[in-house]
Amino acid sequence: MKNWSYLIAAVLSVAANAQAQTNNTPDPFQVRSWAAGCANCHGTNGRAESGNETLAGMNKDEIVKKMLDFKAGRKPATIMHQLSKGYSDEQIVAIAAYFAAQKK
Amino acid sequence: MKRRQFIQTASAGSALGAFGLVSGCASIGGSNGPKVVVVGGGYGGATAAKYVRMWSDYGIQVTLIEPNASFISCPISNLVIGGSKTMADITTSYDNLVKRHGVNLIKDYVTQIDPDKRVVKLAGGSEVPYDRLILSPGVDFMMESLPGMSKAGAQDKVLHAWKAGAQTLALRKQLEAMPDGGVYALSIPLAPYRCPPGPYERACQVAEYFSKAKPKSKVLILDANDDVTSKGPLFKKAWADRYKGIVEYRGKHNATDVDAATNTLKFEFNDDVKASVLNVIPPMRAGEIAVKSGLATANKRWCEVDFLTFESKASKNIHVLGDSIQIAPAMPKSGHMANQHGKTCAAAVVALLTGKEPNKQPIYNNTCYSFVSSEDVVHVASVHAYDADKKTMLTVPGSGGVSSAANELEGRYAMAWARNIWADTLA
Repeated sequence: MKNWSYLIAAVLSVAANAQAQTNNTPDPFQVRSWAAGCANCHGTNGRAESGNETLAGMNKDEIVKKMLDFKAGRKPATIMHQLSKGYSDEQIVAIAAYFAAQKK
Repeated sequence: MKRRQFIQTASAGSALGAFGLVSGCASIGGSNGPKVVVVGGGYGGATAAKYVRMWSDYGIQVTLIEPNASFISCPISNLVIGGSKTMADITTSYDNLVKRHGVNLIKDYVTQIDPDKRVVKLAGGSEVPYDRLILSPGVDFMMESLPGMSKAGAQDKVLHAWKAGAQTLALRKQLEAMPDGGVYALSIPLAPYRCPPGPYERACQVAEYFSKAKPKSKVLILDANDDVTSKGPLFKKAWADRYKGIVEYRGKHNATDVDAATNTLKFEFNDDVKASVLNVIPPMRAGEIAVKSGLATANKRWCEVDFLTFESKASKNIHVLGDSIQIAPAMPKSGHMANQHGKTCAAAVVALLTGKEPNKQPIYNNTCYSFVSSEDVVHVASVHAYDADKKTMLTVPGSGGVSSAANELEGRYAMAWARNIWADTLA
């Protein structure tokens, strides 16, 4: 019986976490608009014209790492160290996931 | 059961499924989908037109009304004046909006808006109905603040070249025709005006041309503002280091009149200035159609909007964006910003026309590059986020900044920016 109650508690805890995560996950339309704010330099849906990096289809973790490195000053930049500081880590993760899911 | 589930899934999956069935692909006309009319095909309007089509899965009909045959970019146009770029370099066709995105393009301009009947009337005589109207009419000049500009021929001789197009090339021709040893005087209005660093970039471009072709000539900047309004230390360094003896900057020079016959500028407090080439950027207000439709509620100059939707605070179902709006704190009137307005507005218009709530947390950035020579560039960048309490866009603390020094690498990024924003707006 003890084992059962432990299991039920664990399942409820996972469910609660999943619920919390759902509540914290930004609205997909909001994320699409955040990502569109990058298109001026990185192309519509992240498919860039020559001279700037294409973000469409890039690995999500790679985008997140680059942005967090820009933000922390670990990666030299002309402008991205200033722009990355305008976004929270959660927003960066959501935007990175959007670009990773776009066709190259 | 299965069939019912399928229908539910289909309607939940895409709010625009119904329009999609009716309108099919990117065809023009013959659809029962909602109608959006966009007035003005600049950075704001063209972007809004494209993104309303894209984000409605091509279910919302979009008509773009623009009098010019093609898009001519204000950003980079100072390089045409300086001589290192051509008009062709800054001109882009509207073809992709039509062919790729199914935008219905009408080459005309709007003379009247009827907000009750929800139609716009065109100079050509026809009427175009809308469910939601997006106005991106840019700026118009307050010529009445410089009475001499209304005299016959004055506006053909004293140019602003502040809307890229015929005047850009005409100013270049005036500079080419000017004898060496002449003075080019540039008059800058009080802020807010379109493109805060633009006049100072133009001074650099003309100075570089003079330094190569007419070294005895001068660039005289006559600024109504107390001091340089954007990237001040970076521009002043360029004038002192690169264009020493060519550029002279005078602040607190508020022009009050122009005598085009003698190329003379008159000021509120200062002595008259006569120049070989007079380039006067007059004070600005929202584009005429917005002003005469009663939308310019701030000082009768700029249009107040809801920053979640860009809907006018004065008129329902009419959205205003770009240089015409009463800006949020530290928000520049720039092409980059107008493009961001266009996308924010497009998302809201699609949401509103499909019974959804507009996004509640807009965040977007501004990036502005200025060429201090034909190759070296300085930037200013900022990130703006919606503040729900203050109901406006505020810069995110700790974000943004300027270049540490002018450099050639950012010159290449500036041209990459131009290619990308032109594509994001028009392709």
